[in-house]
Amino acid sequence: MKLTGAKIIWECLVREGVEIVFGYPGGTILPAYDAMLDYPIHHVLVRHEQGGTHMADAYARASGRVGVMFATSGPGATNTVTGLATAMMDSSPVLCITGQVAGSLVGLDAFQETDVTGVTLPVTKHNYLVTRPQDIARTIREALYIARTGRPGPVLVDITKDAQQKDAEFDWDAAAPSLPGYRPDLHALPEEYEKALHLIRSAKRPVILMGRGVLQAGAMRTVQEFAEKTNTPVAMTLLGIGGLPANHPLNLGMMGMHGEAWVNHAIQQADLLLAFGMRFDDRVTGNVKTYAPRAQKIHIDIDPSEINKIVKVDVALVGDLCDVLQELAPRVQAADHSEWLAHIDEMKGDSAVRDIQNLPDTGHLYAAHVIHDLWRATKGEALICTDVGQHQMWTAQYYKQDRPFNFITSGGLGTMGFGLPAAIGAKLARPNAEVWSISGDGGFQMTLAELATAAQEGVKVNAAIINNGYLGMVRQWQEFFYDKRYAATPMLSPDFVKIAEAYGLKGIRVTQRSEVHDAIREAQETAGTVVIDFRVEKEDSVYPMVPAGADLHNMIRRPIPPKEGDYLVPQNVLVESGVDVEWDISVK
Amino acid sequence: MENNMAPHTFVAYVEDKPGVLNRVASLFRRRTFNIESLTVGHTDQAGVSRMTIVVDTDDLGARRVEANLYKLVNVLRVDDVTAQPTVERDLALIKVAARNGKRAEIMQLVDVYRARIVDVTNDSLVVEITGTEDKIESMVDILRPFGIIEMVRTGVVSMTRGAMAPSANPPLVAAMIPEAALN
Repeated sequence: MKLTGAKIIWECLVREGVEIVFGYPGGTILPAYDAMLDYPIHHVLVRHEQGGTHMADAYARASGRVGVMFATSGPGATNTVTGLATAMMDSSPVLCITGQVAGSLVGLDAFQETDVTGVTLPVTKHNYLVTRPQDIARTIREALYIARTGRPGPVLVDITKDAQQKDAEFDWDAAAPSLPGYRPDLHALPEEYEKALHLIRSAKRPVILMGRGVLQAGAMRTVQEFAEKTNTPVAMTLLGIGGLPANHPLNLGMMGMHGEAWVNHAIQQADLLLAFGMRFDDRVTGNVKTYAPRAQKIHIDIDPSEINKIVKVDVALVGDLCDVLQELAPRVQAADHSEWLAHIDEMKGDSAVRDIQNLPDTGHLYAAHVIHDLWRATKGEALICTDVGQHQMWTAQYYKQDRPFNFITSGGLGTMGFGLPAAIGAKLARPNAEVWSISGDGGFQMTLAELATAAQEGVKVNAAIINNGYLGMVRQWQEFFYDKRYAATPMLSPDFVKIAEAYGLKGIRVTQRSEVHDAIREAQETAGTVVIDFRVEKEDSVYPMVPAGADLHNMIRRPIPPKEGDYLVPQNVLVESGVDVEWDISVK
Repeated sequence: MENNMAPHTFVAYVEDKPGVLNRVASLFRRRTFNIESLTVGHTDQAGVSRMTIVVDTDDLGARRVEANLYKLVNVLRVDDVTAQPTVERDLALIKVAARNGKRAEIMQLVDVYRARIVDVTNDSLVVEITGTEDKIESMVDILRPFGIIEMVRTGVVSMTRGAMAPSANPPLVAAMIPEAALN
């Protein structure tokens, strides 16, 4: 049957099961928008293409389906770049369809023309420029296939306006993906399994490093069974959180720059690291030269280019995590490791007394208290989306996730402004979930225009702002490493309650710990989106902290509280060891 | 990447589509690999181009180059031919000054290198030479005292020796496994 290119786009998307798309119309994508009205598609009008791309990203992360974003050419398309880069770093399957100026104008600096495939080349898994209507069907099908298979990632399809307008024969079957160079299904060699089994058998102090790959592969249960059978403790990356219930006795918690001391010490003392779907990010390893020096390393990942990229490993099992573990797990022997687990428990004891959760409540509002109280009020079952920074780390530390896919955050790229649009996208993917965004006052201002999207769509999310009047994490670095010279970090914010009200939404301000619980209740009981402005302690810091480039075991620890009842924010940071280390301070 | 940096030669078969060269070049730039030379041309198979890429890196870096090339959707096959017996050829055109009766002397040298004269004017010659990079560099050194006016080189093209042709199903995963497993 003959269809316009624009109709072919929707034919393909609908047949592929797409029901919701996010987008922002404009000149060159108009034919596609016009055709959209004839298809069963729910279009979410965003307020900025960055926010829209984050929504598509979070929609994908919350549902496991591909999130779809539409934008027009030029500025519309370039506005998606931050969202695409975010999705790329965190391996999230996003399809971004952009309009392009007519084929006859491409390359002539036409109005709203940008070389979008050129611009997005390094931040997409693959991209396409389509100039003929007969190529649209195959391209859309290939793009969706590439986005969701192998190591998932964003794919951009740039379609010229005339290709959308012209007719072409639409043949679904003939447009099946043809990708001779694409290999999403790799398998490890048998001898590598033998080597891995040998290492696992002889390990006395093993640690599993759980990354987002575990969730991507749906291997949560398999990994848990593996850990239980071998009694191996599990450390989580930021994006691995939820892959093993936080209350599981083998779950150590988050590793890395703001990981708890016992987690990082366990890694440094381990004799075997089992890296499951993680990529040894620098926020996880600290100084690579001194990283886990006594450990043999087994790396299981679907992406062969991650092998030996940062940390040289002893065995690499390339492939789908489920497949690899199904091969491996039945052949490993049950192990005890009780001595090792007891040793880690002992290290925990020391750290726990420093935790702010164990400090007396003096009425001061600490972010950690807010997040702890939110965790309790939501029974730990809420789907939480965050930006990047202090609030993100406190959320990772204090919102104990027992379920997978309930923590959505910009890990790799560290994108401010991710949280609110992500919450909207996640809520549309999982309407029955209780969804909260947690942002700082800085990040929230980057994408708060999406409150209008939530209002227009009638989407119910709750937006918590951890408002400390600073760009908090940058301020913390300035406090620790730049002699408290607060260059450009004190930040004025608008009245967020009035902002919410201006969008026709409810806003609540909280300044005392005693008000936290009631505010959360009120937000939960309100029908529409609610913004809560938590005015927290201004110069609070995230502990522990491994300074960038420092050894993983050289943490700045939580200050020891002086006496019960008179806790003050400490002025001096306590360095547990390695005081004289010259830190390589390279700010991201 | 540390001490044992050395030139590594890769042969990559890619789909002959717009932008593929850009994707490959962008990959090397983004991952900060330094391309020594890159040549691209058609193969005997329609729709397939062949690249010979020489990169200065160490062994682990070479594995990463290979793995990252494979990640490009348009890359069909990659061979690291560094350690294999290969025929490697570079082609150079060298325009050299040939005044004051130097022409005969130059022609003699060209003969020694089994190169060819492809253009002659009153005061210059254009020399065409094919061979390994070493051979060409040696020729260039010899001609330099006469005065090189202009030179162009194609970069290295490479092919493995013997009857073995690239198979349709490359031993991809084997290539991805670190060689130094289990010390």
